[in-house]
Amino acid sequence: MGDFSQSVATAVELIRHADAALLRTVLLSLGVSGAACAFAGVFGLLGGAWLAVARFPGHRLLVLLLNTLLALPSVVVGLTVYLLLTRSGPLGSWGILFTPAAMVIAQTLLVLPIVAALSRQLVADSLRDGGDQLRSMGAGPLTCALLMLLHDRWAVVTVLLTAFGRAVSEVGAVMIVGGNIDGVTRVMTTAIALETSKGDLPLAMALGLVLLAVVGVINLGIGLVSRGQGSALAGVR
Amino acid sequence: MSDHGDHGEHADALAGPPPVLVRLRDASVRFGAVQALQHVSLDVSAGEFIALVGANGSGKTTLLRLLHGMLAHGGGRHVADVSATQVMVFQKPFVLRLSVWNNLQIALWLAGVPRAERSARAEQALRRVGLLDLRQRPARALSGGQQQRLALARAWAVQPRLLFLDEPTASLDPSAKKEVEAVLEGFAADGMTLVMSTHNLGQAKRMAGRVIYLEQGTVMLDQPTALFFSDRGAGAAAQFLKGEQRWALG
Repeated sequence: MGDFSQSVATAVELIRHADAALLRTVLLSLGVSGAACAFAGVFGLLGGAWLAVARFPGHRLLVLLLNTLLALPSVVVGLTVYLLLTRSGPLGSWGILFTPAAMVIAQTLLVLPIVAALSRQLVADSLRDGGDQLRSMGAGPLTCALLMLLHDRWAVVTVLLTAFGRAVSEVGAVMIVGGNIDGVTRVMTTAIALETSKGDLPLAMALGLVLLAVVGVINLGIGLVSRGQGSALAGVR
Repeated sequence: MSDHGDHGEHADALAGPPPVLVRLRDASVRFGAVQALQHVSLDVSAGEFIALVGANGSGKTTLLRLLHGMLAHGGGRHVADVSATQVMVFQKPFVLRLSVWNNLQIALWLAGVPRAERSARAEQALRRVGLLDLRQRPARALSGGQQQRLALARAWAVQPRLLFLDEPTASLDPSAKKEVEAVLEGFAADGMTLVMSTHNLGQAKRMAGRVIYLEQGTVMLDQPTALFFSDRGAGAAAQFLKGEQRWALG
């Protein structure tokens, strides 16, 4: 209990003094995970929408595989990207191993199945409700699916938040492909892992609380925007 | 199976028969082990208001979907002008979680209406169904009757030659039902071709010019409305009328 209260106090101090190293680490965490979610958002939403309407041999198998990848271990993703980007690997000539770019690639691969699988399910459910109506109005299958993403845009935001939560809280992949280099590739989770291994548990816990607080603030902001949007629309009545 | 009767024959002799918009010949639909429609042959001509009646599961909705071209089927389905717009309005209207105005805009975009024309068309359509004042309101915040009127406005805005309606007033209260019926009567008066399934025989009698009675996926009767409701010798249809008239006519 003493360690925990000490952690909370340390976290408050870190935030209050706006520690430069902490700020850099937080910003890198948000930048890497935000970029990964943006890429996964574009490809995952389009892919999920397409999978919801496409019918081809092996479709069910692909959906099953996608749903299985929801449980993809981050260490496996990290290892895969490491093997691809290492000097002797097929993409070694890019020279981006142990850079934030490699971390973005790893996290994109990690959260892509989440965005694709959840958006596929979202679109498929909505199509059961209104797909016939949209088709009757002349929409092709993919247009129907994309309109359903617009229709369910707040649920889509929740999907992206889920993906962001997964990305920003994982440690395995970024540790392997980033290397936890201070000031270059050190993010919140790798910093927490480092402080834990050094035995500075209160600081590790404090960093964890800061990470939670940052994600909480982002969630709160999106919640307020969505609620504001809903109130604005309701106010027109 | 089809019997179009002699309704309007005299006028047709002078002006020529109205063009057939959709023709079914010996069309059948099967869902797995269930034969939903069998050997249906009928024509839908321009300007008609057709009511499809029959018990639950008789094949009304399936026939509407078949006419609209939404179902795989056996037999023949011929559409006179494939470029002519046809739209279907469903029993439970589906509206996007957008404003009333944007729902109209998307319908017009899907129909390929040029951007410059969309606003005027949307405004006309909303005025037509009495929803112009509510154009900025979220469509999902409308009442059931208003949502159905929005669905009709969306359909009308794209100026379809043929409008299919699947029990458009089934889940509405009497006042909303009246509003929707008034809108449909306006569409029919403009010469739009309407095919509507309904359980409400009174509605069919009041609004349609032709009634098609289905039973177990088969067209049992296809007659002008006046003849359908006066003919008591038609076996199954008479039973259906007897069973439902008491509560449905009015």
